[in-house]
Amino acid sequence: MDYLLIQVLNGVQLGLLMFLLAAGLTLTFGIMDLVNLAHGSLYMVGAYLAWTFITWTDSFVLGALLALPATFVVGVLLEMTVVRRLYARDHLDQVLATFGLILFFNDLVRLVWGPAGKSIAVPSFLSHTVQILPGVPYPAYRFALIVVGSLVALLLAWLVARTRMGMLIRAGASNRRMIAALGVNIELLFSLVFGLGAVFAGLAGLMAAPIASVKIGMGDDILILAFVIIVIGGIGSIKGAFVAAMIVGQIDIVGRAFLPELLKAFLPPASASAAAPAISQVLIYVLMAAVLVWRPTGLFGQRT
Amino acid sequence: MIERLKQPRAIVTALLLVLLAVLPLLTQAFDQRYLLSVGTRIVIWSIAAVSLNMILGYGGLVSFGHAAFFGIGGYAVGILSAEGIQSGWIQWPVALAVSIAWATLVGALSLRTRGVYFIMITLAFAQLVYYLASGLEGYGGDDGLNISRSRFGIIDLRDKAQFYWLCFALLCGTLWFCGRLAHSRFGYVLRGAKSNELRMTALGFPVFQVRLVACIIAGAFGGLAGILLANEGAYVSPAMMSWVKSGDLIVIVVLGGIGVRFGPLYGAVVFFALEELLKPFLDLLHKGWGEYWQLAFGPLLVIVALYARGGMASLLRARE
Amino acid sequence: MTAKLFGSATIALAALALQPAGAQQSVKIGFVSTFSGPQAAIGEDMRRSVELAKEHLGGKIAGKPIEIVYEDDQFKPDVGKARSEKLVQQDKVSFVAGYIWSNVLLASLKTVTDEGDTILISANAGPSQIAGELCNKNYFSTSWQNDQTPMAMGDYLNTKGVKSLYVVGPNYAAGKDMLAGVKRTYKGKLLGEDYTKWPDQLDFSAELTKIAQAKPDGIFIFYPGAHGVQFVKQWVQAGLNKTVPLYQVFSIDAITLPQQGEAALGTLGAQEWVNDLPNEQNKRYVADFKKKHNVYPSYYGAQSYDAIMLIASAAEALKGDLSNKDKVRAELKKANFKSLRGDFKFNTNQFPIQNFYIQETVKDAAGMMTVKTIATAVKDGKDAYYDKCSMK
Repeated sequence: MDYLLIQVLNGVQLGLLMFLLAAGLTLTFGIMDLVNLAHGSLYMVGAYLAWTFITWTDSFVLGALLALPATFVVGVLLEMTVVRRLYARDHLDQVLATFGLILFFNDLVRLVWGPAGKSIAVPSFLSHTVQILPGVPYPAYRFALIVVGSLVALLLAWLVARTRMGMLIRAGASNRRMIAALGVNIELLFSLVFGLGAVFAGLAGLMAAPIASVKIGMGDDILILAFVIIVIGGIGSIKGAFVAAMIVGQIDIVGRAFLPELLKAFLPPASASAAAPAISQVLIYVLMAAVLVWRPTGLFGQRT
Repeated sequence: MIERLKQPRAIVTALLLVLLAVLPLLTQAFDQRYLLSVGTRIVIWSIAAVSLNMILGYGGLVSFGHAAFFGIGGYAVGILSAEGIQSGWIQWPVALAVSIAWATLVGALSLRTRGVYFIMITLAFAQLVYYLASGLEGYGGDDGLNISRSRFGIIDLRDKAQFYWLCFALLCGTLWFCGRLAHSRFGYVLRGAKSNELRMTALGFPVFQVRLVACIIAGAFGGLAGILLANEGAYVSPAMMSWVKSGDLIVIVVLGGIGVRFGPLYGAVVFFALEELLKPFLDLLHKGWGEYWQLAFGPLLVIVALYARGGMASLLRARE
Repeated sequence: MTAKLFGSATIALAALALQPAGAQQSVKIGFVSTFSGPQAAIGEDMRRSVELAKEHLGGKIAGKPIEIVYEDDQFKPDVGKARSEKLVQQDKVSFVAGYIWSNVLLASLKTVTDEGDTILISANAGPSQIAGELCNKNYFSTSWQNDQTPMAMGDYLNTKGVKSLYVVGPNYAAGKDMLAGVKRTYKGKLLGEDYTKWPDQLDFSAELTKIAQAKPDGIFIFYPGAHGVQFVKQWVQAGLNKTVPLYQVFSIDAITLPQQGEAALGTLGAQEWVNDLPNEQNKRYVADFKKKHNVYPSYYGAQSYDAIMLIASAAEALKGDLSNKDKVRAELKKANFKSLRGDFKFNTNQFPIQNFYIQETVKDAAGMMTVKTIATAVKDGKDAYYDKCSMK
């Protein structure tokens, strides 16, 4: 029972991390109709900036607090120089341009920070384990990830549902031309939303840094996963991204933690242990294909 | 015809095709074997890009899983070769049949979706094949598989020049076939459905079927490129069909010019030429800069996307 | 604008074509490794060692200047193959060395050794096929065959009396080789075996939770480069370092230690080369490397250094005349050079016959993280595949 609980928590924590990354992506996609492959680069830049500031201030919290606005600035600058010109283009031009940005950022990071990865230590006040139930230890940092991730999800839900900016975001997601016609300063809104997306990506990057390592190209593979999540959830839907991230997190853990045992019930042990990792690797893609065949615009997407 | 030849695009295309046709003679005359290897890769990737252009350019269906056909065509050849069947007369038709079967399945399921959802569902299917190949431990798994080249009797694929000409002939065939198709009734329906699906359906055109057929044709030519790629390197591996390769294919098509007959060819030439030339060029400017060639390559792609709408093909359009 | 772009591209291509075909005045060596992307640090370590070898040779072999052409495989087999092709066909190098990854090596093998008739010296990757049925007269290794290092670890675990073990590694060919290697020699109880996604898994919480549940006497891992950093950090964060000791191959080294830091202290690993091996050439190599770069070299670097020294020994013996390939191969096979490992001999399949050591992660006098030798696990080890090789 304890084992099950811990594995579920592992899935929740992974899902929340993915949600942070997917939230920014689904925002820019839903509102600006922008396919931003460089979102993963912002995740990487956020982590590298966090490393720089944490090394400089010698404090995880202070460094993180400096890195987030810095990532926001990077995001807004990127929006103003390149991304802004892409909104009116079709998805393919966006893919070409943002693919170019990935190559640029990967080499830029290598030039600035060098080829070796960087390491961010878990802050000392979170380096122990906590008892989530009597006698059931869990790494404090991972527990903190769950708390911060949940808070951000709530904040985002509030932002989208209750504020004026959220109203515009929702309006923009369903009808972009309409909000422009209503005299809203669209340029500013778009810059802010893109910057906000960058902050979420950066936050995901810096929070993942102590468990993973900060390295070049760290955003590229995870970007695909983020796309999978927003597509399962339905593009533009924060709620959808959240639900999909939770599902993907759990599926991933089930594939790794329980599938090998499950398969041993049907297969000889040798083939079970060979088949399990192969199956768990494709589980989320099978899930995505199945969802899309069943609901072609995702779980919470706009029906056409 | 004469009028068309006055257009820079037609002139460049003609020159390019002539250059490609005699490439083995040139590389032999100047003792530059490596250029022939680069040329072979350009030609093979062009075949795949032309096939992708058919669904992506004419049909507006952005497949982010086209590199799967590299792998399917390649592995069909590789597995048969590993099992001792070396004859190209058996290997190639089997590889094409598998590609077609896969394209039919993926097409039928994916065409239920539109836009970005189509992009992602094609990616999902490609990832399935990728991980399947990585799991084929009997055939090298993730390490890939060294194979011997297909045997045909009449031509020797181990001979670089003969192999190159075979690839070039197949590229010409692909260009001709896809070009004809684009300007047939079938092609007009495909393009019509791209700009207004509802209207085409209302007019009674079988949009779904036309799109499915387009996917199948694209898959078959993609598989052909995979067969050639496997024979080029005498090696197949799951990396042939990683999503990065699918992305490269999209970049090549967009770079060349979407929905333009020779666009994919321009795209492949520029893509590979930049990869080969940017590094030595930067090193020439300043020793050590070549290391960071992607720092220049990335922004170049951004500039093409921003300012050369319609890719390379649009740069070559006659000024009105 | 129009045709200009194409015009300039054609001119550039022509310029490339007309480059003089490398005059044979220098000893030309191609070096393929990963210099960009997440694993670029490994390539950098190898390049530093190659440059150091060049410096130690005085920049010359048999009076001819050494010219080294580095190519980046981008961690992709097809790119590695294309770059190797360029080295052989355009740069016309006499040797191609390097190769971190098995799949890049296998993709490039035929192009270099068969079609190019050029000598390939692997400075890292060692897939079993090449030690066995795919062995090649033009292929030499200054590293090892994949299974050997984990087998040495398994032997040591037996002597140490580790009663039960849980093994974890990435789900790709070398990962499976490594786990199979340790399982072949380890005689205790195997409590579990997990394969994780490669190369994009960043979280090991599910596996670590299973390990905590299984309560083994030890964990064995294989996670090269950046992945080793992640696993070791998460092992400590989960509190498992207090209950289950970690045994590893290729996961804790000079490249990963700056990031793993004190988390890795006390862990044991197996390796064919350690920075404190007591021979003169090794002392000089490590000292000069440290003086230059302020970090310890890794085995990737040591193997690369050895590859260059091996080439130098053959070229010196032939007075710089590399035109007769048979003679070059015969000289290489003698392995008449001072390896950083001390004794160095080639087996019939041209893989080394060598010792394997057990190393412990410690802090040096200056407080820098490093590894030191604590035992010899295997003496004069041969790989398990050489009798499948047709060369005798």
